[in-house]
Amino acid sequence: MDEICTGLCRLMVDSGADAGLAQFVSLLVGVLLVSGVPLLTVILLIWIERKVAARIQDRIGPNRVGPIGLMQTFADLLKLLGKEDITPTAADRLLYNVAPLVSFASVVLIWAVVPFTPFHYGVDLEIGALFFVAVASFGTLAIMVAGWASNNKYALLGAFRVVSLLVSYEVPLVFALLVPVLLAGSMSMLDIVNAQSGMWFVVLSPLAFVIFYISSQAETGRAPFDLIEAESELVAGFNIEYSGMKFGMFFAAEFLHVFTNGILMALLFFGGWMGPLYYESPLIAFAWLGAKGGLIYLTTLWLRNTVPRLRIDQIMAFNWKCLVPLSIANIVLVSLALKVLQELGMAPRQLIGASFVDMLPATILLLLINGALTLYLLGILRRRGKVARREAQAAPVQFARATAATAATAD
Amino acid sequence: MELNAISIGFVVFTIFTLGGGIGVVTTRNLFQGTIWLMLSLFGVAGYFVLLSAPFLAAVQILVYIGAIAILITFAVMLTRSVTRIKTRYLRLVPSLLASLALFLILLLGVTVPIFGGVSPEHAPATVASTRDLGAALVDENGYVVPFLLASVLLTGAMIGAIFIARDDTA
Repeated sequence: MDEICTGLCRLMVDSGADAGLAQFVSLLVGVLLVSGVPLLTVILLIWIERKVAARIQDRIGPNRVGPIGLMQTFADLLKLLGKEDITPTAADRLLYNVAPLVSFASVVLIWAVVPFTPFHYGVDLEIGALFFVAVASFGTLAIMVAGWASNNKYALLGAFRVVSLLVSYEVPLVFALLVPVLLAGSMSMLDIVNAQSGMWFVVLSPLAFVIFYISSQAETGRAPFDLIEAESELVAGFNIEYSGMKFGMFFAAEFLHVFTNGILMALLFFGGWMGPLYYESPLIAFAWLGAKGGLIYLTTLWLRNTVPRLRIDQIMAFNWKCLVPLSIANIVLVSLALKVLQELGMAPRQLIGASFVDMLPATILLLLINGALTLYLLGILRRRGKVARREAQAAPVQFARATAATAATAD
Repeated sequence: MELNAISIGFVVFTIFTLGGGIGVVTTRNLFQGTIWLMLSLFGVAGYFVLLSAPFLAAVQILVYIGAIAILITFAVMLTRSVTRIKTRYLRLVPSLLASLALFLILLLGVTVPIFGGVSPEHAPATVASTRDLGAALVDENGYVVPFLLASVLLTGAMIGAIFIARDDTA
């Protein structure tokens, strides 16, 4: 009982509640939070996303249904539910119908390890960070199955693209995720947040945050990585054959995934619920997490509506030639610097509960290393850019010849 | 066997593992075969959870379902006419013998402690955490030599793969 009874349950027992009741209540709250929060937020998120996109494009956005268009998503939901449920005759019936469920479940499952406040969470797994990566791989699987089971060439082509994109960008994502795990010395989400009491990890390793941010933008298939649904080439991508609520599931999964990533970044790099007065009340802690996650979420919307789409070869080259080596170098340097500092006694061995002053020397050194690495990377990119530009100016205008010249000089 | 959460879980995961395995060998469709394989591997991940090894469970899903099975699906999709295979594999006797032999070896390996098995009485009472697992990998009394050997082997394999895949004409 003692091992199971942690967080809110422990708090209730300490303040004199019955142990069994306390456990029941805490489990109930956990289940309600984990299942309720993502499902309710996704309805609001679609409205927010459409409003933000509209503002960026100098439009008004949904404004007819309900006050300031708030009810628009409910209307859309009813429409989707009322649509005819079509399964193509040539489709693999079982797999075709299972794919949207797996896709949505893969996102909702991530919320099981998200700690909303120090006391409210679904479950505090010892392997929290790894759980998130493992569950995310089901999303890849769902898209693959959807593309194949539809028995449509555009769907299959779209699925190929998505899976190559997801599998590639999972590498830097995991390497970037390793940095907070390494700094906290634990994979539990709760420990990772608690280890940021002295200093947020985004300050210790901004590079890891940037890599995580870019990779998670790619994982959700948002611009500039939205070649998944490149309408002009693939019609609609892997979900072309889906209609009604089955399409709605994919749609909701994507929107929810973006917000989930925002919350995850807030937890991993921005100290989660840490903020002034967070210990006063769980509500304040929850508000801090929501505010941080929401802010990051808004920047991804901003990015999505600002940048154009990249070609698949550009996306792959950027990942394998830039992000992957950079993330590996980053993790090696961060772990080395941290260990050296700990041996010299300049950094606390246990980050959980470390104060701001304890963390200062380590922060400065790690920040310097990250800065040096970034400058080095920018230098390389600048040199490459110069070479490419010179090639483009020297070579004939024809695209094929220009690329051939670049390939020749690259060797 | 008493009926509790663990035994129910065991039954469910056994159905997943064995059912998936049967699905792999009976389906005519290679793509569906890989999906069955994933189900089977998922069942094994469930066993790891029942054995209080959450780290191994997550790695099982991540590596086998997230990476290897996805690669197999890729390979299957790039193969021509994967879904309508008409030919049957008819050499049943050698296959039967091979699978029986493998099953017997595994059975012996589990029941008779030839390879240094641990009897239930001597199994450690405390469950090893991920931290212990990591420490054992780099401990000189632990598994540091196999760990290094495996690392060298994997690095060699990776370099070899890159070398083979390289375009010679470029």
